[in-house]
Amino acid sequence: MACSDLHRTLDAVWRIESARIIGTLARMVRDVGIAEELAQDALVAALEQWPHKGVPDNPGAWLTATAKNRALDLLRHRSMQAGKADALTWEIETQMQDGAPPAPDAGVDNPVGDDVLRLMFVACHPVLSPEARVALTLKMVGGLATPDIARAFLLPEATLAQRIVRAKRTLSEARVPFELPGPAELGERLDAVLRVIYLIFNEGYAATAGEDWTRPALCDEALRLGRVLATLAPGVAEVHGLVALMEIQASRLRARTDAAGRPVLLLDQDRGRWDRLLIRRGLAALERVDALGGAYGPYALQAAIAACHARAAQAGDTDWQRIAALYDALAQVAPSPVVELNRAVAVSMAFGPAAGLDIVDALRDEPALRHYALLPGVRGDLLARLGRHAEASEEFRRAAALTQNESERTLLTERARLSADAAG
Amino acid sequence: MRYMIIVKASADSEAGVMPEAPLLAAMAGYHEELARAGVLLDANGLQPSARGWRIRYRGGERSVTDGPFAESKEMIAGYTLIQVGSPEEALEWSRRFPNPAGEGRDAEIEVRRVFELEDFTPGAEIERFRALDGRAA
Repeated sequence: MACSDLHRTLDAVWRIESARIIGTLARMVRDVGIAEELAQDALVAALEQWPHKGVPDNPGAWLTATAKNRALDLLRHRSMQAGKADALTWEIETQMQDGAPPAPDAGVDNPVGDDVLRLMFVACHPVLSPEARVALTLKMVGGLATPDIARAFLLPEATLAQRIVRAKRTLSEARVPFELPGPAELGERLDAVLRVIYLIFNEGYAATAGEDWTRPALCDEALRLGRVLATLAPGVAEVHGLVALMEIQASRLRARTDAAGRPVLLLDQDRGRWDRLLIRRGLAALERVDALGGAYGPYALQAAIAACHARAAQAGDTDWQRIAALYDALAQVAPSPVVELNRAVAVSMAFGPAAGLDIVDALRDEPALRHYALLPGVRGDLLARLGRHAEASEEFRRAAALTQNESERTLLTERARLSADAAG
Repeated sequence: MRYMIIVKASADSEAGVMPEAPLLAAMAGYHEELARAGVLLDANGLQPSARGWRIRYRGGERSVTDGPFAESKEMIAGYTLIQVGSPEEALEWSRRFPNPAGEGRDAEIEVRRVFELEDFTPGAEIERFRALDGRAA
C-alpha cells in the first residue's frame, strides 16, 4: 500500500475509533490530556509499523490495544514510583481485561455510562472557555486533526495547538474527574455540551468572518456529534431538539447560495434544493421530542420553527401564525434581544409589517444589538414593506456597514440602492 | 459525502426467507454502531422481487412484467446509506459490514458514492430535477 493511501486509511480509522480509545484511556489514567497523548502515540506507532508489517486485519482493535498498552506502561511506572506496585498492578491487570467495569459514577442514575459521553462532558467542562471547549471537542470527540480545525476556524495552526494544550492543562490542574455529572448539575452540564455542538454547527452554517458563506464540514461534524449524543442520551428531549434543529437547518445548506455564491434568504430559496432526507430526519427527531413529553426547550422550539418552514411547499404556504406563537414561547424560555428580533419578523409576516416594526423599535436602544447587522437589516425590510423607502435605504446602509460577511454586505448594499431608487 | 452500501439479492432473500437470529443480531449490532458513530442516515431491506415489477422500454413502447425475476445477483435486497468525511472512512465502515448471507457463506455487497446535485454542471434540466426532488418528499 502506498504511503499516502496508508495515511488516509489511518486517518479514517482514527476518525472512527479515536473518541472511544481516548475515552477508554481516560478512564484508566484519569486524565483526558494524557489519554489523548497516549492515543496519539499509538497513532504514531501505527505510522511507523504499518508500512512494514501491513495494515492489520482489524486496524481499530490494533490501535486500541496499542494505546492501552501505553497506558498500562504509564500506570505501572506511576505505581512503581509510588512504591505500592503490588496493589496497583492488580488493579491494572483488572483494567486490562476488556470487560472490566468502568469506574462507577457516584450518585448518577444513568444506564448509558459511556466513555464517549464522559469525554463530551469533560471537553465541554465549565472550567474551560467556550473557544477551548469547541477546540477540545473537535479534537478529542470529533477526531479531527489540529490543522483541519485551525483551517475551519480561520486561525493559525499554532494558535489552535496552543489553545488545545492550555485546555488540557486547565482540565488537569482543576482535577476534573472523568465522570458523568451528578444529578444536581447534569442539566446544566448537558446544556453546555449542546451549546458547544450548536456553536460548531453555527460556525459552519453562518460564517461570521471571511468570504465563505458556509463551511459545511463543520456543520457535518456538529450534526454527527449531535447524532452521537442522541444515541448516548436518548431520554433527553433537548438533545433530540438540537438534532432536529441542525438536521433541518442543514437541509437548506445548498439552497443558501446562488450560482455566483451569493447568499439567498430563506423565503427566496429554491425549496427544490432543500435536502428532503435531512428534513425527514429532522421531523423524526422532533417526533422523538414529542414522544418524550413535556414542554419544548429552546432547541426544540427553534426546531419546531424550522419545521414550519420545511413543511411549507412554497414560501407563501408558511404557517406564520404558528411560527409567531413558537417565537412567543421561545421568548419566554430563552429571552434574548435576538429572539425578540426574530419574533418581530414572524409577527410581521403573520400580522403585517407595522406590528413587527413596533417590536423592532422597542429594540433600537438595546445595547446587545448595537453592532448587530440584522437589527437595521430587519428594520430596513419592514420599512420597505411599509413603503418608507428613504428610511429603509438608510437602515440597509447601516446594516451593510455592520456585517462582517462579504456576500451579505453585497446583498445589503444592493437593497439599499433599490430602496433609494424607490424613494426617488 | 454519502455512500450507499448495497446488499445483493440471493436465493434466500428472493424466497422471502428471513435471516437467522445470529445474522439479524449482527446486522442490528452493525447498524447500532453506525448510529452511535453518527454516520447512519438511512437503511432499508427490500421485499422479494415477487412483490415488484419491471417496466421495459422497447421501440417506443413500454410493457410491465411482474416479478419474481430469475437473475437474483442483478437485484438488490437492501441498502444502508451513510454520511462520512472521506472515501477511506466509507471503505472502513463497509469493511465492517456483516456478511449478509451469514458468516462463512459466499455473498457480495457493493458500495457506491451518492451523487449530490452539485456534482452536475448547472443547467435547465438539473434545475428541473431539483424542483422535482423538492416535491417528491
